[in-house]
Amino acid sequence: MSKVLVVTSGKGGVGKTTTTAALGAALAQRGDKVVVVDFDVGLRNLDLVMGAERRVVFDLINVVQGVAKLPQALIRDKRLENLWLLPASQTRDKDALTEEGVGSVISDLRSRFDWVICDSPAGIERGASMAMRFADEAVIVTNPEVSSVRDSDRIIGMLDSKTVRAERGERVEKHILITRYDPARASRGEMLTIDDILEILATPLLGIIPESQDVLKASNVGTPVTLSNADGAPARAYMDAAKRLCGENIRMSVPSEKKGFMDRLLRRRAA
Amino acid sequence: MEAAAARPQRQLVRLRGRSYVAFVFVPTVPIVDWLQEIDATIARSPGFFVGRPVVVDLSSVDLSQSGITHLLASLQERNIRVLGVEGVEEARLTPAMPPLLTGGRACAIEQNAPKKPAAKIDLKPTSLLLEHPVRSGQTVIFPEGDVTILGSVGSGAEVVAGGSIHVYGALRGRAMAGVNGHSSARIYCQKIEAELLAIDGFYQTADDIDAALRGKPAQAWLQGNTMRITALN
Repeated sequence: MSKVLVVTSGKGGVGKTTTTAALGAALAQRGDKVVVVDFDVGLRNLDLVMGAERRVVFDLINVVQGVAKLPQALIRDKRLENLWLLPASQTRDKDALTEEGVGSVISDLRSRFDWVICDSPAGIERGASMAMRFADEAVIVTNPEVSSVRDSDRIIGMLDSKTVRAERGERVEKHILITRYDPARASRGEMLTIDDILEILATPLLGIIPESQDVLKASNVGTPVTLSNADGAPARAYMDAAKRLCGENIRMSVPSEKKGFMDRLLRRRAA
Repeated sequence: MEAAAARPQRQLVRLRGRSYVAFVFVPTVPIVDWLQEIDATIARSPGFFVGRPVVVDLSSVDLSQSGITHLLASLQERNIRVLGVEGVEEARLTPAMPPLLTGGRACAIEQNAPKKPAAKIDLKPTSLLLEHPVRSGQTVIFPEGDVTILGSVGSGAEVVAGGSIHVYGALRGRAMAGVNGHSSARIYCQKIEAELLAIDGFYQTADDIDAALRGKPAQAWLQGNTMRITALN
């Protein structure tokens, strides 16, 4: 049942790495064996978000070039024993990724894990195209703003034409994940609404992650947001998205921060 | 007596009449040009004359015996088998040539099986149907004719057609119709949010499109040298 999932977006800074870490942790918490692979060669970040930056010895490029064996480069998560990381190289660039090399690493990972989650770099160049090349499914991370939506549309077009599956006449299953969504601002017309985004992208929705302080906090301490504050709104949204990826039918909603009695009291006073 | 015993059952020779439809070739001068015409037909539909009975009518040319020999040989080279010759005195034909025919009647040739593949080769598709959205960054070019899209054309996508463009969805990218100088081409869409519309080189950008039309079904066409964009319905 092994699946290769690419987390991509085209545009930078929309939350691909956060999403990779959060979905990876959420799937591992469900008991699946998961590896998250950083394809952002030269600008690696996934190791930081996963809190594994001090344990990196070998990386994806070393494995692609045959300098190291795959088990030497895989880093096991300290919190979840089902979760592994394959970091990118910080000293090389994306040209070091060869199609044959990436293909053989991915097929090796397929045989060892239930989920291979590829964290794509921004852009549409070699790094991004190698990250999506062997994918079975794709999560397209989109912010509710026009530039992000247009870049996502571009990436969807590439997923439909430049992947191995597309070239074989098969389909890459695609999902839209909307991040940094603020229902209040959307209702005031300051953001694209969910319907606007889905109408433009004509692709099924996987989840809506609300804008939250939790996300930045979690990255800074090197913990996937689904582990750092499991009750928080973004964590619950990512958990629901992970369940939908596994085929569960979960009603779509925008989780909001849980407000205690004191919060409500104070908020009213502040207003 | 003995001879009669040797063949007790005499086979009667029965003669039956039957009529067939044959292609009649009427060569004209110069023969070389006429043969080129035949070659063109064969090039367009190989197998057009295969298995067809062919009669050569020489009434409109005046060929010597060697001329006829040469003509028949040329047809033989093209795998055209000549069944008979008409419209010439018998004296000009040698015994090796197909026999002289007379009394042929004109009839319509039924266009059956062998004609069909020929028609297929002749007809290039003049329209393109896309059943998926055209995504940002993708380009669809179809100079042969119309393009129909069941879905949207994303912002930053480009559709170029020799004929008209039909978008059953939102048109957010660029659409260029009638690129080969086809000024009667039009652009139709269910939701106009286009970045640029062009017909036969005349164009309008998003800024030029009437704001009141945005998001509505619309069509664009050329009225002389000006592009008109109006609501559809």
